[in-house]
Amino acid sequence: MSLYLSIAIIALIFVVIFQIAKASEYVSVLKGEENSRKQNNKINGFLMIVFLVLGFVGVYVCNELYFGKTLLAHEAASVQGEKLDQMLWITLAITGIVFIVTQFLLFWFAYKYQENENRKVFFFAHSTKLELIWTAIPAITLTVLVIFGLRNWFFFTGDAPKNAMVVEVTGKQFGWIFRYPGKDAVFGKKYYKNIDPATNSVGIIWDDKYAQDDILTEQTMYVVKGQPVKLIIGSRDVIHDVGLTAFRLKMDAVPGIPTTMWFTPKFTTKEMREKTGNPNFAYEISCDQMCGNGHYSMKGIVEVVEQDEYDLWMAKQKAQYLVANPDKDPEAAKAADAGGKLNPDAKKDSTAKKATAKM
Amino acid sequence: MSHEAVLHAHESHGHDDHGHHEHHDTFLTKYVFSQDHKMIAKQFLITGMVWAVLGGLMSVLFRLQLGYPDASFPWLESILGKWAKGGQITPEAYYALVTTHGTVLVFFVLTAGLSGTFANFLIPLQIGARDMASPFMNMLSYWFFFAASIVMLSSMFVETGPFSGGWTAYPPLSALGDASPGSKSGMDLWIIAMALFVVSSLLGGLNYIATILNMRTKGMSMTRLPLTIWALFFTAVLGVLSFPVLLSGMILLIFDRNFGTSFYLSDIYVNGVGALSNEGGSAILFQHLFWFLGHPEVYIILLPAMGMVSEIMSVNSRKPIFGYMAMLGSLFAIAILAFLVWAHHMFVTGLNPFLGSVFVLLTLLIAVPSAIKVFNWLTTLWRGNIRFTPGMLFAIGFVSLFISGGLTGIWLGNAALDIHLHDSYFVIAHFHIVMGVASMFGMFAGVYHWFPKMYGRYLNNSLGYIHFWVTIAGAYLIFWPMHYEGLAGMPRRYYDFSIWESFKQFAELNRFISTVAMIVFAVQILFLINFFYSIFKGRKVTTQNPWQANTLEWTTPINPGHGNWPGEIPEVHRWPYDYGKDGIDFIPQTTPVGENESSH
Repeated sequence: MSLYLSIAIIALIFVVIFQIAKASEYVSVLKGEENSRKQNNKINGFLMIVFLVLGFVGVYVCNELYFGKTLLAHEAASVQGEKLDQMLWITLAITGIVFIVTQFLLFWFAYKYQENENRKVFFFAHSTKLELIWTAIPAITLTVLVIFGLRNWFFFTGDAPKNAMVVEVTGKQFGWIFRYPGKDAVFGKKYYKNIDPATNSVGIIWDDKYAQDDILTEQTMYVVKGQPVKLIIGSRDVIHDVGLTAFRLKMDAVPGIPTTMWFTPKFTTKEMREKTGNPNFAYEISCDQMCGNGHYSMKGIVEVVEQDEYDLWMAKQKAQYLVANPDKDPEAAKAADAGGKLNPDAKKDSTAKKATAKM
Repeated sequence: MSHEAVLHAHESHGHDDHGHHEHHDTFLTKYVFSQDHKMIAKQFLITGMVWAVLGGLMSVLFRLQLGYPDASFPWLESILGKWAKGGQITPEAYYALVTTHGTVLVFFVLTAGLSGTFANFLIPLQIGARDMASPFMNMLSYWFFFAASIVMLSSMFVETGPFSGGWTAYPPLSALGDASPGSKSGMDLWIIAMALFVVSSLLGGLNYIATILNMRTKGMSMTRLPLTIWALFFTAVLGVLSFPVLLSGMILLIFDRNFGTSFYLSDIYVNGVGALSNEGGSAILFQHLFWFLGHPEVYIILLPAMGMVSEIMSVNSRKPIFGYMAMLGSLFAIAILAFLVWAHHMFVTGLNPFLGSVFVLLTLLIAVPSAIKVFNWLTTLWRGNIRFTPGMLFAIGFVSLFISGGLTGIWLGNAALDIHLHDSYFVIAHFHIVMGVASMFGMFAGVYHWFPKMYGRYLNNSLGYIHFWVTIAGAYLIFWPMHYEGLAGMPRRYYDFSIWESFKQFAELNRFISTVAMIVFAVQILFLINFFYSIFKGRKVTTQNPWQANTLEWTTPINPGHGNWPGEIPEVHRWPYDYGKDGIDFIPQTTPVGENESSH
């Protein structure tokens, strides 16, 4: 009912506007083309300046309302993010100045040079000097931005520091799987035809000697504050993208072609909750590449913790090999007679070697 | 044969043609299978407008979901059936709407609707030719487009739904029906429609190039061409060189989908299906093929708008376009660079960092010719005598949007920043402003400016003014705040943000944007009413040259027949931008150069 009513109202408004427009055309015919053109010029010339002023006011208001919600409002949560924010500010400053000047000139000229019988048009067809000026200035400015940008680009895409911990991230419709290399700090080989969604979600080859201590988790990835993390990213089905909004990074997850990304988290999740004043804050992993109908719900979490908390968490993790093959689990056997305890030296030693993932 | 002889032969042919058509035109040959470039242009325009309305309506529907994710609209269910169960658009339908909106607006509206319309309409009229080099091919170009339209439309009615993997159609998603229901038969139809579309665009493009190079009237040297023609020329060259690459990419995709090849597929395990046998393909290969068209495509959309804006701005400022040669040079530079920047869409695919750095450099280089164009437009306005026709308003609006959207291109083209902003709402804001809305403004400018030549009547001015001011204000209100959402990392192509702590804070803003989008859409309907009413009932054009312009199309009769000029094609003696020269308001291109006249 309300739909029909609103359609009727819109139609009515259209009819009214249309009739007024038609009437104004008759009036302009009566007035003569010259006169009506003059009037139109005056109104639209005035609107140009109104639009210019309201436009800049609008930009200001929009900034007041929403700047606080952007990432720029808080300190970046990664070392990469810091560099990126700095670059954002510089780019914003340069493009902002150009924006204000050119938009001002555009609407100001439109207002100022609206038709006037007494003005003699300035026949100005070309000027090599002017063209050279506005070729050279943008070229120089852009060179600065390119140099600055490329320095960061090579830093972001460059090798992770030697002490980085390595985590393998695999996207699937619609969730994330994380693999830790275990005590040996080397990932076991994997082959996609070995995938078994229940016990072997990334297709690890159990015969590989590096494979048996690999640890698999879903949805939540634990990393340590201040320690570089290198992600080896892949996908099981279609292209996904590991979007780490708070760290200002993202990288595609492509089936068959591993990609990498590294970052150094600066604050634990708890610290960020205080910094942002949001008790529900979480480092969310958003899928940033269209991956199907569940794309919008493909969420993961990065839990940034202190080293000791990480060690505690890691100690509780069980090698996937033992989960997949319970008969090989010595603890399960022990548990049968003694109700076994966690192995006390299951301490994570990820800093030792740079892991090599063989895929 | 000498140039003169060719010209002569063509002219006499034109005369015959003209007479022939006056006597034997039936409804079918005049309005349906017409070979008159002007009628074909109108066919492109009106088909494009139908698609623009459909595409716009789709955006209203998905904006409804984004703005009111919790609300239920029972009427939606009565229209969309299972795609809006319980009055709420389903994710399947949402993604189908987003995908079709993108495909249709980019290809059917802003390529066929824009280039198809104005290249067809303006090239023969402004260069002084009776018709295109091959009127028959020209007709085929439209009918291939029509066929593409029908196939695309029919894809919306298959049971598994239309394609829903985004207009870029990245495999494996687009290759695997098991990964997404939209990738089943809906995708087959999508590919067929795109293939037909490529054929249409090639037939058109080759024709435009041949016509511009061979059929200019006497005296119309290349440097006397209006900038519209230059822009349309570069557009056609871009299309002819890049569309075949898209087609090849699509053909490989068909093979992967239907014949078991592995061009794009490797190491895939699909939930509920298991591991596929495909090994050794590269999903990234498709992206290279796609963007090798996809990026020039942006300029295929933008260049015609730039050309028309240059022309309209000069006419209505009563002043020559500033820096004709620089404008031409920058068009050329943009056209060349358009082919060398495609991988800037792929900075986060794991691209080799060195390769990425080359693309950063070339991408930001485009800002230089773009800046030249902007400053030249500004200088054209400076000390002019501006008439605010609706066409002129849209031309000014184009420049404003081109500046706003172009500047954010400097952010996104810098790979390091793109790592953060890629596929976020910042990108949506950027390309909608610079490519979508700006080109739409160019198209509107063209329609308002050349409508009198198309139909011998004027569009209603007042409606034109309302149309302009609401649309430009609306465009900024919709897309400006999206930059902020993007800077908060809000990803594109999300059906619902309510589970995301980082993004749900924008719910109120999304509602605001959706509301504005609906108002702006409603005002476009007002334009449509104006358009169709004016075709039949608009104020009649009484003078041959209503805008007092210099170009050749205004030397034809008010309602030109097939063949354009009833007598001889006029000879050209000067460039098209002698406005305000030596104190004379305008000097048409057909006026011989006076003895004491200064050079420009």
